[in-house]
Amino acid sequence: MAIHWFKYASPASFYTLAGRLIPWFAGAAAVSALIGLYIGLVLAPTDFQQGDSYRIIYIHVPAAWMGMFIYLVMAGWAATGLVFNTRLSGMMVQSLAPTGAMFTFVALWTGAFWGRPTWGAYWVWDARLTSTLILFFLYIGYIALRASIDDPRRADRAGALLTLVGVVNVPIIYFSVRWWNTLHQGASVNFGSTSMASVMLAGMLVMAIAAWLYTIAVSLARVRSIIIEREQHSAWVGELLADGRATERTT
Amino acid sequence: MNWSSWSDFIAMGGYAYFVWIAYGVTALLVVVEIVWIGRERRQSLAQALTQRKIRQWSSP
Repeated sequence: MAIHWFKYASPASFYTLAGRLIPWFAGAAAVSALIGLYIGLVLAPTDFQQGDSYRIIYIHVPAAWMGMFIYLVMAGWAATGLVFNTRLSGMMVQSLAPTGAMFTFVALWTGAFWGRPTWGAYWVWDARLTSTLILFFLYIGYIALRASIDDPRRADRAGALLTLVGVVNVPIIYFSVRWWNTLHQGASVNFGSTSMASVMLAGMLVMAIAAWLYTIAVSLARVRSIIIEREQHSAWVGELLADGRATERTT
Repeated sequence: MNWSSWSDFIAMGGYAYFVWIAYGVTALLVVVEIVWIGRERRQSLAQALTQRKIRQWSSP
């Protein structure tokens, strides 16, 4: 079976493919978020140590995972862009950065509001918190660097380099709770053994799935605007605009 | 079901302030991001349309 993967490496066909996929991912994200919230906020029992403040983890943990994971995906696209010099790669990195920054901020914010009742402080300069803050700054740095370079192809290359240098921070965040004696608790989910009740674990995993689906839907939607903006002088965008339907449907 | 009443649920075992601020800000950011993406979409299409019209006028 021959799937023409490289066909979708061109912004023109990726634009159409993304447009078809977005409603499915968005719908699935909304449904799984509702199920996850119902499990986490309504069905799951109160934690015997942390009381109901622990319910913050249903957004905190998936957001923290997503913040790290989006950065890895960005680094993957950045490397692809540098090696193959494909236009779509840079556009995908550009499209993912704001969502990555959003999830990292959510992880820090919800962590603060979990830390206050649990540790007695909104913020401590703990290894995991500090490295996550650096991750947030890396996202902001990438966005600022892009904004400061007029030529989008040069911005792609500079951004790709920054992304690849910063990727060293992701394993530091992930292993910080093992390498250093941190105030932040160890991983709640491990392969084989998990320190959580199964209802709680189910709620957290469903929320993680929702975060994944949301990220896919949002980054595909954003990359479509980026493609239009950066390819507006090409013939296919001209045809798309002449068609008229493309613009009516969105407004 | 973990709660006996609606107000019990809102109270979150005394942690209402922390839980609802965490959830509220997250929900707000998600809504802001979705609205922002819609705006970007309209702006990019409008800008591309304008550019196209300018090119059509300048080269008849």
